[in-house]
Amino acid sequence: MSRRSDTYDPKQVALLDQASLDEAVAAAQKAFAAVSDVDGLIALRHQHLGDRAPVSLARREIGALPPQARADAGKRVNEARAAIQQAYDARLAVLEEDRARRVLVEEAVDVTLPGDRRPRGARHPITTLMERIADLFVGMGYEVAEGPEVELEWANFDALNIPPDHPSRGLMDTFWVATAQTFANGLVATAPENQLGTGSGLVLRTHTSPVQARTMLERQPPIYVVVPGRVYRTDELDATHSPVFHQVEGLVVDKGITMAHLRGTLDHFARAMFGENARTRWRPHYFPFTEPSAEFDVWFEAHRDGPRWVEWGGCGMVDPNVLRACGVDPTVYSAFAFGMGIDRTLMFRNGLSDMREFIEGDVRFTRAFGMEVA
Amino acid sequence: MRVSVSWLREYVDLPADLTAEQLEDALTNLGIEVESIVDQGATVQGTLAVGRVLTIEELKGFKKPIRFCTVDVGKANGTGDPQEIVCGATNFVEGDLVAVILPGGVLPGGFEIGARKTYGRMSNGMICSARELGVSDDHSGILVLDPESGAQPGEDARPYVGLNDIIVHVEPTPDRGYQMSVRGLARELAHAFDVPFTDPGLAKAPKGSTRGKPPWPVTVVDQVGCDRFAARLVTGLDPNAQSPEWMQRRLVTAGIRTLGLAIDVTNYIMLELGQPMHAFDAKRIKGGLVVRRATAGEVLVTLDGVRRRLSEEDMVICDDTGPISLAAVMGGETSEIIPGTTTDVLLEAAHWDPTMVSRTARRHNLFSEAAKRWERGVDRELALVAIERAVRILVEYGGGTPSKQILDLNYPTPIPSITLNSEEVSRLVGIPYPTSLVAELLTKVGCTVTNESPEGSQEGGAILTVTPPSWRPDLLRPADLVEEVVRLDGYTKVPSALPIAPPGAGLTAAQRRRRSVGRALAEMGYVEVLPPPFVSADSLRKLGRSTDAVRLANPLSDEEPYMRTTLLPGLLATLRRNIGRGNRDVALYELGLVFLPTDAGPPPVLDVSRRPTDEEWEQAKAAVPAQPWHVATVAAGEWERSGWWGPGRAYDWADAIQTGREVLLVAGVRPESISVTAADTMPWHPGRCAALRVDGIVVGHAGELHPAVCAEFTVPKRTCALELDLSAVPLPGLTPAPKLSNFPAALIDVALVVPSEVPAVDVERSIVDGIGPLLESIRLFDVYTGAQVGEGRKSLAYKLVLRAPDRTLTAEEAVAARDAAVALAAQRHGAVLRGT
Repeated sequence: MSRRSDTYDPKQVALLDQASLDEAVAAAQKAFAAVSDVDGLIALRHQHLGDRAPVSLARREIGALPPQARADAGKRVNEARAAIQQAYDARLAVLEEDRARRVLVEEAVDVTLPGDRRPRGARHPITTLMERIADLFVGMGYEVAEGPEVELEWANFDALNIPPDHPSRGLMDTFWVATAQTFANGLVATAPENQLGTGSGLVLRTHTSPVQARTMLERQPPIYVVVPGRVYRTDELDATHSPVFHQVEGLVVDKGITMAHLRGTLDHFARAMFGENARTRWRPHYFPFTEPSAEFDVWFEAHRDGPRWVEWGGCGMVDPNVLRACGVDPTVYSAFAFGMGIDRTLMFRNGLSDMREFIEGDVRFTRAFGMEVA
Repeated sequence: MRVSVSWLREYVDLPADLTAEQLEDALTNLGIEVESIVDQGATVQGTLAVGRVLTIEELKGFKKPIRFCTVDVGKANGTGDPQEIVCGATNFVEGDLVAVILPGGVLPGGFEIGARKTYGRMSNGMICSARELGVSDDHSGILVLDPESGAQPGEDARPYVGLNDIIVHVEPTPDRGYQMSVRGLARELAHAFDVPFTDPGLAKAPKGSTRGKPPWPVTVVDQVGCDRFAARLVTGLDPNAQSPEWMQRRLVTAGIRTLGLAIDVTNYIMLELGQPMHAFDAKRIKGGLVVRRATAGEVLVTLDGVRRRLSEEDMVICDDTGPISLAAVMGGETSEIIPGTTTDVLLEAAHWDPTMVSRTARRHNLFSEAAKRWERGVDRELALVAIERAVRILVEYGGGTPSKQILDLNYPTPIPSITLNSEEVSRLVGIPYPTSLVAELLTKVGCTVTNESPEGSQEGGAILTVTPPSWRPDLLRPADLVEEVVRLDGYTKVPSALPIAPPGAGLTAAQRRRRSVGRALAEMGYVEVLPPPFVSADSLRKLGRSTDAVRLANPLSDEEPYMRTTLLPGLLATLRRNIGRGNRDVALYELGLVFLPTDAGPPPVLDVSRRPTDEEWEQAKAAVPAQPWHVATVAAGEWERSGWWGPGRAYDWADAIQTGREVLLVAGVRPESISVTAADTMPWHPGRCAALRVDGIVVGHAGELHPAVCAEFTVPKRTCALELDLSAVPLPGLTPAPKLSNFPAALIDVALVVPSEVPAVDVERSIVDGIGPLLESIRLFDVYTGAQVGEGRKSLAYKLVLRAPDRTLTAEEAVAARDAAVALAAQRHGAVLRGT
């Protein structure tokens, strides 16, 4: 607190000397520059800007000056104080930045240390490939249709125009559900006279095609569906056969559907799966459920053994007998269907040579494909 | 079927410079699968030279005659010196021309030829027999070349021994029986190359007759099973007559053994024309022939020596002694041709019902070359042509005398014609097909086409009446004709156009949910596996499951006849396999169907000529076992790994149960609908198993597996598992948006001491109920047991976040809320606030 002074005492006001003020500023600047850390600087603050600092003491003396001298003195003291404050702030900024930089250096770690605290999970490439195919078709307006794996013989065979005597119905090719009698007696089922299978009327579906029949029975045309799913055949497991595998099937029932639409759809599918230069090649073939029928190959440039045609699947215009059995009038609607093996597609697409790997469930195999098969 | 190109060329003018590649493309584009195309010249590797036998020295002292020969092979051996060869055959003399394979060569079957010491001499190569060269079955001696052939020592012997042909191995589709013959393949290739075709099936043949004295008395009793039976007798054949070399070569190429002229000729004609034939030894037939169905239990010993019990559906040819031939499939022993003995041959060319043959073949597991053709359909107009061709060959090479009369019992049914609107082709293919082209292509395959539309009428396409040829029983409907037109015109002409689907609804909620669950599990650290769904009774029992399960009649393994009712057997087996392979810390998941038996009985028999009625269809579906989607996990080892950061943590029961909660949340179940209760159910540890419930209904279990189960399945102790019935989890409705309050929260910790047996979830429920709507969240952060809380008691410490929607809570309000919770917990569980 400056005390009230009525008399002007030059001795007392020596602190207001410009020389003294300059000296105080210079001393502060020098002191600030000399310290090398934030704490040291803060410790100096009191000395140069505190109550007992030269500029603070000088300010107290302004009151002792004659009124006409006060304005000038006040201005000079303020300038000196501002200069010290500025020097302090500037130094503080520098030192704080230094300190921050030092902390970052001290906090450095070995970033190459592993961080795998949790083992990685993965989805099966068969699953993700089926999803990818489903998504492609959903994007084109199709829906994903599904059906049971233990299926009616009627849906798996009869409705698809497969004759009652067709050998594919036999116990050599198709898994049959035992009848109540056969398992009550513990007997191996034999086919009743002139009938293949067990007479239970139930099989493990041998293809995804029974879903065609189910879809046509339960929906009205236009029908655009894609059917991914698991299917069964009585093959022993080896490198190229499996009793359990997967297919995807497409079915379109609409007015004016043609083989040209089938080709367009397969070409589009091929490009989405195998690159822009992929295309399909058709070979006339026989399937009971389509007429005309074809097997088709795909031109696959990235094949591990070089660009080539690879057998991919079967297709055709849905046989009028199939349409009729499923309540679709073949004179009003036409329909195409196609299908292919997912496991096989994955094998040639990604260069796998052993089907057992799909089934064995070795985590090293599945992890290699991550969350989505690429 | 394997045939040579030279045989095909007898009936189709194939381009002279035809390459294997062109041939393969043509066949493929016709829909005939090509198994292989083999240049026969390449089946014998190395030097196969013409040689002239210079000297023969008979070596003595061996059990069989052995000759040491010198053979002039010209410059083929590089020196011009005579080649010294030891030979076991004796059917040649000095000066004969023979085929010599030199050391370094390889005969068919991978038989490598070297220079080796044998019978005390060095043998530098081999003089070959026809069988060794793979050109016929003849192994009676070495192949002696025709001196008139012009062959010179040192020349390549291949053209002289019949190794200059190209062999095509094709696999026609099962609907096209006509392609299983040289006749049919030649016809198809004529289409492909647009070259002339001479149909051997339309060759001239004398007519048969049913009048006068037949060559053999025959009665066809069942004219459904047999709608044509033609026969002719050839007597006075040389019983030792061999088939000419070219015929033997063609049979061997086709994979058919040569068995003497009379039998060979029937096989040859089957290959050439597609008409299976049978030759009986006429002297061994007792009385007239009767063609009829077998009676159940009748017995026949077929040519392969198997005694077969016949069915009422089989067709048989009988003489006075009973069945002597299983019609269309295989002849019988008693009337079999005996080479060296048979002089009188009754040749039969009949036409059998394809369905009958297919069933008989399957019933007796006898898929003979003949049966394969019958099943696929044989031209019923071939019988007389086939007999004529066979008789001519027999007479030429066996010297027999044919009977005057030719028997032809013919019960034809007219071939139904098909009415085809020519626009049907365009309608199904998608490009215009002029009526003229449709008619032209159908005529090419042998159809008779008449345009029924009035002249000049174009509207709506022309109405064509199409009568398929006798060799195309597969052409029955307009769709079959459309395929024929497109196939011949070329599938390559079908353009590419995308159909415009109506807007779809995307994936269903259930489909989206399965994806979310799978992805969430993988993100948590589980690896998806897809084991087969076949299980054993034993594993079901060990898991405490009923063996009342869907059972297969013909499982791959008799041990595993059941369809799974739980995903755990496959997962546990996969876990064990992984650990066995050194994969530690394994966590697996599967999303798949399980199969639950139904009591509905067998499904109804449904027609295919019409749509099943809704009632029939519902009844059929009810007979199908229920197949809900399950999701399951198993895990063993570390869940959080140990590492430089410190020790890890083993996967335990709490992880399994928490995974269950997470799956339910991901499946769209609202947190307040999920509850967890202690459960005691196999295959889980009775004290470490939780039932997971949605709105009080159990949808699955999780926890640590029962130690006995771990032992039985040889998986690590304390393996944990989760299994949920995803289909039983209700699909989510609309999610109500949360109401967020931005007023400050009051954070309070509360520790309650309760008897040890009180479930934490019940205490939490009391706190939730006691505080009411002010409680924003609650989290159990510590469980303490020990001296400080006393025997038989535990302390549960919770962090509570309290917040009001409309104001800042005062300290008093927060404490009052907590006290209310403590009071309720005290009342329900005897809880005491810890530290008071």
